[in-house]
Amino acid sequence: MPTQFEVNGRAVEVEVEPRMSLADCLRHELHLTGTHVGCEHGVCGACTVLIDGEAVRACLTLAVQVEGRKVVTVEGLSSEAALSPLQASFRRHNALQCGFCTPGMITTAHALLSEEPDCDADRVREVLSGNICRCTGYIPIVEAVLDARAAYKNGGK
Amino acid sequence: MKPAAFDYAVPATVAEAVALLAQHEGAAKPISGGQSLMPVLNFRLAAPSLLVDLRKLPDLDRIVVAAEGTRLGARVRWRDIEKSAALAAAGGQPLLCAGIEHVAHYQIRNRGTVGGSIAHADPAAEMPGLAVALDARIRIVGVAGERVVAAADFFTGPLSTVLGHDELIVEVLLPAWPAARRWGFEEFARRRGDFALAGAAVWFDLDAGGRAANAHVGVIGLSDRPRRLAAVESVLNGKLPDAATIAAASAAASSAVDPLNDIHASADYRRALAATMVGRALTTAAAR
Repeated sequence: MPTQFEVNGRAVEVEVEPRMSLADCLRHELHLTGTHVGCEHGVCGACTVLIDGEAVRACLTLAVQVEGRKVVTVEGLSSEAALSPLQASFRRHNALQCGFCTPGMITTAHALLSEEPDCDADRVREVLSGNICRCTGYIPIVEAVLDARAAYKNGGK
Repeated sequence: MKPAAFDYAVPATVAEAVALLAQHEGAAKPISGGQSLMPVLNFRLAAPSLLVDLRKLPDLDRIVVAAEGTRLGARVRWRDIEKSAALAAAGGQPLLCAGIEHVAHYQIRNRGTVGGSIAHADPAAEMPGLAVALDARIRIVGVAGERVVAAADFFTGPLSTVLGHDELIVEVLLPAWPAARRWGFEEFARRRGDFALAGAAVWFDLDAGGRAANAHVGVIGLSDRPRRLAAVESVLNGKLPDAATIAAASAAASSAVDPLNDIHASADYRRALAATMVGRALTTAAAR
């Protein structure tokens, strides 16, 4: 089924089976392998992408359902040239070890901070409770997200 | 972990959607946010031949708060309820808002819908439990026309409802909420956003003498479907909602539920949780 949407600011058209998830479409059709696939049933959060600015689970969304929508993946949140404020903060706080969950953490935190740049630690923990990390114990991740708030308060991304 | 193949249709009207469901005689499934259906498809617990996407159906994403009651369109998402100023304001639906805060995780809240959760009918889910506790009515459209079913009669068991394969939930209707009504919502889950091991949605009015009247005690995760506990309500009605009454109601809750043993918790533990959740929710309600 032909499906047109926008990925990271670029218009794309893919020919996919209706059963293909948005996560598989991004990875296998569009070769955007930053979106990771963990549990495939909406529990781990590794596949989080933004649809029209809202964080969603790409494993629980069909590619055909994003017809006409704006999708942003972790690749769309930074340039090759420099780390984004969130990425830099994750690096500063050692907020990743194996890195598998990191794309989902970054996309989720980006959506949160874009909408709620004044959120507190409880809110960060609540939102990140939908993203499983098996390495870090979360403390450096929460610290990294809190530390990145300043960049979003000034409208920076 | 990949769904079996299916066809996909995006009807423009409710009439077209139910016609498609009817033509496929039970082999078609409606999808909106997909936050309950997609896991079911990925695990191949269901393998419909057609998905009917509701995303273009007009008006089903509306929240209307009026003097005669509240109307939630079937496509209203948890995020929409969370952000609704009308639901949060005086004259809104405070118990609904408090309960919906517990639904799922951030990303799922951006897609999951009122109609989807009610159609899925998980015994531990918040929206079905709130619908029963709030005396909601569910407006359903089929090829033969429209009907309205009380939430108390809608759920028939785990993942089972009276919804026909050719019918679509279009709206949930909640009675107006008097400002003086006392209410509480409590839920216990291992991780916030996970399914409740047990939860309670309670409310009552106060008569001229300050005694509880019209008590409603709804529970989730404690039976094969969301239900009200008549035995607990009768303990409350006509009594001052003081510590002794709440203790008696809490004890009654423990014996009024019929939980199952499962991988998440034993039946005995859930019985104890029933007493704790109902007790805490009533304590909050009485203190408002």
